[in-house]
Amino acid sequence: MRKKEMIAMLLAGGQGSRLGVLTATKAKPAISFGGKYRIIDFPMSNCINSGVDTVGVMTQYQPLQLNQHIGIGIPWDLDRRNGGVTILAPHLRGDEGEWYTGTANAIYQNMDYIAKYNPDYVLILGGDHIYKMDYSLMLDFHKKNNCHVTIAALEVPIEEAGRFGVINTRDDSSIYEFEEKPPNPKSNLINMGIYIFDWGILREALIKDNKVHHDSDFGKHVLPMLLNEGKRMFAYPYSDYWMDVGTIESYWNCNMDLVKTLPDFNLYDDFWRIYTDDDHQPPIYTSSAADVRTSLLSEGCEVFGNVYNSVLGPEVVVEEGAVVRDSIIMERTTVGRNARLERCIVDNSCIIGENVVIGDGENIPNREKPKIYNTGITVLGEHTLIPDNVCIGKNCVLYGRTVYDDYKDSRLESGESAVHEPEGEVLF
Amino acid sequence: MKAIGVILAGGNNERLDKLTEKRASSAMPVGSCYRALDFPLSNMSNSGVGKVAVITQYNSRSLHDHASSSKWWDLGRKQGGLFIFSPYLSSHNNLWFRGTADSLYQNLTYLERSKEPYVIIASGNGVYKFDYNDLIAYHERKDAEVTIAYKLAREGEDLRHYGVLEVDGDDRVQNFEEKPLEPTSNLISMGVYVISRLQLIKLLRAVNAEGRYDLVEDVFMRYRKRIRIFGYKFNGYWRTLNSVKSYFECNMDFLNRDVRALFTKQFPFIETKPKDEPPAKYNLGAVVSDCLVGSGAILNGTANHSIMFRKVYTGENSYVNNSIIMEGCYIGNNCVVENAILDKEVVLSDGKQIRGASSEEPYIVSKGTVV
Repeated sequence: MRKKEMIAMLLAGGQGSRLGVLTATKAKPAISFGGKYRIIDFPMSNCINSGVDTVGVMTQYQPLQLNQHIGIGIPWDLDRRNGGVTILAPHLRGDEGEWYTGTANAIYQNMDYIAKYNPDYVLILGGDHIYKMDYSLMLDFHKKNNCHVTIAALEVPIEEAGRFGVINTRDDSSIYEFEEKPPNPKSNLINMGIYIFDWGILREALIKDNKVHHDSDFGKHVLPMLLNEGKRMFAYPYSDYWMDVGTIESYWNCNMDLVKTLPDFNLYDDFWRIYTDDDHQPPIYTSSAADVRTSLLSEGCEVFGNVYNSVLGPEVVVEEGAVVRDSIIMERTTVGRNARLERCIVDNSCIIGENVVIGDGENIPNREKPKIYNTGITVLGEHTLIPDNVCIGKNCVLYGRTVYDDYKDSRLESGESAVHEPEGEVLF
Repeated sequence: MKAIGVILAGGNNERLDKLTEKRASSAMPVGSCYRALDFPLSNMSNSGVGKVAVITQYNSRSLHDHASSSKWWDLGRKQGGLFIFSPYLSSHNNLWFRGTADSLYQNLTYLERSKEPYVIIASGNGVYKFDYNDLIAYHERKDAEVTIAYKLAREGEDLRHYGVLEVDGDDRVQNFEEKPLEPTSNLISMGVYVISRLQLIKLLRAVNAEGRYDLVEDVFMRYRKRIRIFGYKFNGYWRTLNSVKSYFECNMDFLNRDVRALFTKQFPFIETKPKDEPPAKYNLGAVVSDCLVGSGAILNGTANHSIMFRKVYTGENSYVNNSIIMEGCYIGNNCVVENAILDKEVVLSDGKQIRGASSEEPYIVSKGTVV
């Protein structure tokens, strides 16, 4: 194996449980974003655009869709003979084996993979943020400051910093303290979960910490330990767009950002292309009956109805008379004639019947999961079927092949759920 | 698969006017995101043909650019895969391809170093979806030596621009004339042939020795009485891009839901080289009616009955009607474009008007023009 200067380790095993039914069949990094993309496309594209051509992707929770999406890395030009992308799943060793129990533990379990490339530096990334970042500039910073560890640090308004892991630095950006969710933050720099380590330092630290902590974690254990040992740790300042789409509301807001005339996040940059798995990419059609305003439409969409202020994924069909407003409709979903959708998130491959109304009624939080569904957004999981002529309220959750029995007097009131786990049945 | 493929993509067509100034007719952009070559190439790969040669000559740069990463058609293979042949100099040969048969003869090694019994030859500028296995099955059933796919002409079609076939009651070809002055039937050759590989090698050697270079005239026509040539009637959608008129009509056909469904919704699909453009963006002022739109487009104005390719930008209060706007065109505020074809990367500054007479005679703006 040829030596690599820096390889990336991408942590993509998390569920993202606050995204509710959207993670029923896939890990958070595999969730669609901005129409045609999936969340993991952003760090993956950042890697190849930064010249990092060796990426280990650690999967754990519901990996099927992620594995299929990444494949051998063709969309990102990561199909390489030397390097490229490798999926790293938890596995047995001898008689033993375990799940990835923490972020640092996942890397610890894959040290053999890193060692094969004998890199000088290891870049650690998460798979659940929307941002564009040139990691090669971060590496320049790392080298210039002779760091052992560099942590990307986002500048946020100081009043918001208390919700995150805060990094306190000296004037030269060297770190002297970490504080987890401090009530009175001393600095406005927060930890973005993006690290560059000298491989030797990382290896030593992982071996040491995994003897002490079973659930070895970078933020909680490894970074404070290295700081105590007096390692040179610097914060790499970053002030561009960076979004965690961890909740239903932030996911919705972040998508809606993109439909503005001049969005904060620019997808139309020729020199920092975001790549995704989209070999089959037919054109978009809007009929003479259609009215489409302030919306994003992905390849293969066919619109015969009205779409306002919405994001449509590939091959979505909106039939005549239907109105889709303030909504996110993912891949291959069909919205039937005269249906009316407002403020909802519809996952891949759903069928919404004719005259269906979604988002009607009062804003009552979901009865079973009020902490997840409480901002008036109704969510449909993957492969959900909604029969004709029913009316659905706000903060509802629907999943699977719903039937008329799920709807009392053809209504599903705000805050109610109708869930039928598909269990291997291929619906459509 | 019993066949290897050859796509003849070397030709130019002066009837495509300025549109082929800088590209071969096989590289013509079609349907918002395809190029003509995608259709025969996808047909080959979708029919299971694992070894395909694309023969180029005229303005081959854009074709090479498009086809060279053969992955998208599943032709990046160790066994077989995609071959691109252009004319080259050597100690015994310093000529361009002098005709279709000559282009095959000069690449005879490709035919010789294969083991498949048949060769499927297709022209590079047809827009259609065809399972070539059907053609081979017919060829075998008829015990034919050559089979030529044909299509019934549309009403009012000018046959003088096509190859015209005459067949008998058993579909055996009696006559085959390219661009006849006085057409004697309404059967149009699609430029899709199946022939035994060894037979083809033999015929190519024979005609070359006689100083003849054309596949239709010097091989099929000349040998039609000596070998068994049959016609195969194709019933699906088919267009060839051989004039501005047919190019315009073919693009507008994509506004028909059935045509779109055939190519984009019914498996197997027509594949093209991905350009990784973001989704198309319809802004507040966009009024887009009966239009095909490519990804990466940003629309602010009115568009009606038009084909817009990838990365097209239309400004506020602009008006596009009955036009084809190719990739990367910029249409400023308050512009009017009607009955026109804007080739790639045309820039219209604010307030400019481009008007053609009609669909039959659209106004053509050359690639990269700044108005």
